[in-house]
Amino acid sequence: MLAIEIRDLYYRYPALHPDVEAPHVLRGIDLAVEPGEFVALMGHTGAGKSTLCMALNGLVPQATGGAIRGTVQVLGQSTRATPIARLACQVGLVLQDPESQLFNATVEQEVAFGPENLGLPVDEIRARLDWALALMELDDLRDRGPTQLSGGQKQRVAIAAALAMLPQVLVLDEPTSGLDPRGKAEVFAAIERLCCEREMTVVLATQDAAQVAEFAQRVVVLSQGAIVLDAPPTEAFAQPELLAQAGVAPPQVSRIAAALNARMGGALAFTRLDEAERSLRALARPAHG
Amino acid sequence: MAEIVAPGHAVSIRGLHYHYPGVPALNGLDLDLEAGSFCALVGQNGSGKTTLAKHLNGLLKPVAGSVAVYGRGTRALSVGELAHDVGYVFQNPDHQIFGSSVRDELSFGPRNLGLSAAEVRARVADALHAFGLEGHAEQPPATLGFGLRRLVSVAAVYAMRPRLFVLDEPTAELDWRSAHELLDHFAALHQQGHTILFISHDMELVAEYAQRVLLMHAGRIVADAPPGAFFGDATALAHSSLEPPQVVRLAQRLRDIGMPADTLTVTAFATAYEALLATRRTHAG
Repeated sequence: MLAIEIRDLYYRYPALHPDVEAPHVLRGIDLAVEPGEFVALMGHTGAGKSTLCMALNGLVPQATGGAIRGTVQVLGQSTRATPIARLACQVGLVLQDPESQLFNATVEQEVAFGPENLGLPVDEIRARLDWALALMELDDLRDRGPTQLSGGQKQRVAIAAALAMLPQVLVLDEPTSGLDPRGKAEVFAAIERLCCEREMTVVLATQDAAQVAEFAQRVVVLSQGAIVLDAPPTEAFAQPELLAQAGVAPPQVSRIAAALNARMGGALAFTRLDEAERSLRALARPAHG
Repeated sequence: MAEIVAPGHAVSIRGLHYHYPGVPALNGLDLDLEAGSFCALVGQNGSGKTTLAKHLNGLLKPVAGSVAVYGRGTRALSVGELAHDVGYVFQNPDHQIFGSSVRDELSFGPRNLGLSAAEVRARVADALHAFGLEGHAEQPPATLGFGLRRLVSVAAVYAMRPRLFVLDEPTAELDWRSAHELLDHFAALHQQGHTILFISHDMELVAEYAQRVLLMHAGRIVADAPPGAFFGDATALAHSSLEPPQVVRLAQRLRDIGMPADTLTVTAFATAYEALLATRRTHAG
């Protein structure tokens, strides 16, 4: 069974004025994701990334209303027909704005909230809580209130709360935009590990191409509600013009490759720092003979 | 647009201490920002960046020490009084947007400065134009996409014509192009003499736009240098959890074959590498 199967999905939000229809924010999305895949969702602001994320746990259209066409199946269930509360047990969603989803008095309560609501035994709740807090490096903050946290710390709490549910599918909407670079790398690495070890399927909307090149298996680029590119990072980031049109910056090293190719007519292609170093070192080596 | 002539310091901070209930945030911080400078404030989450920024517009007052903005101590000044000099752009645009139309949103600040109706109209027209928002003037901000709401929040601050702009992660959640477009606006304002302090985790943007980089750690400024020198200071960076942009890291790694380690942008890298190859070929030939 596919983890995610979307067919010909069109969606528009409810009209703001009775006589003017809102435009489609998703137009003809087809997407199939295998269990355990790590998919990065990229695209300009307003491309439809957040809406697509919310369609994966049923918030779109169950909470948002609006008009939807096509099908979205997650773990074999229709996200239109299955109650959000039931989907939430298997599909974790971390929103762009962590403040919109933190409401408990302490970090510990926040992270334990989901497992408690699953009706799990106390030991199991405790174990999941400790695990998720450790994974997001929140041990020291467990007794803090959400208002005493920085923006990046709030993001880590929101991710820990989602992880504590042990979802089979984890959807994250720009979860690291407020994190410092090392925090960001740690969160990406932790998520990738879960992907490998637990066969958790991950869909991550992000602008961070360098991290995507490092961790994701697949890049899906949205532009104006449609998928314009779906390829492994190496292939995707070698198409700077297409990406530029979609408002996506390839990793800086890929941009260096493109700039050097434009100047010197070469065919350099790299997406990671190590590859770039190897390749540019080799090119600068004096020719033999 | 009025030319701004303000020699000396836009901001002068001495021995600043601040703590939230039970949590220290600033620990004896000293900082001078020259008027007309473009500075980046970087550092780990929780290092005190936002707390420092909120001292500049008077949202927070020092527990100990002093903060002066254009020579005036902030203790005795209200947020409203400081708003004449300091424009604060919040991390989340939705925390500052509440108008029923973009025009209304942009009028709010100037009106509260006590300007005449004609002057308010002129400022709003100027701000709409400067940020390319004319086409959205009558739209409710809430119906705009995130990138546009970000621009509205910035234009609203711009309409108050502050001398100092304090930007708290203005490009978080913006795509690459929108982020550059936004900072290009501030580069233009900087050219006109405005002082810019922007908080960012995006080291690529810091390398491209800032003249000076300030690193915060545990409530103090622990490094303060132009971007080239800043990203070359491995000790200071190791102290925080920052990494130089990929371009800088790649140049540093290739230093042994002749790449200048203070290369800050993709274009500068390509130029330097091309020159390096040319030299090597000449030597080889």
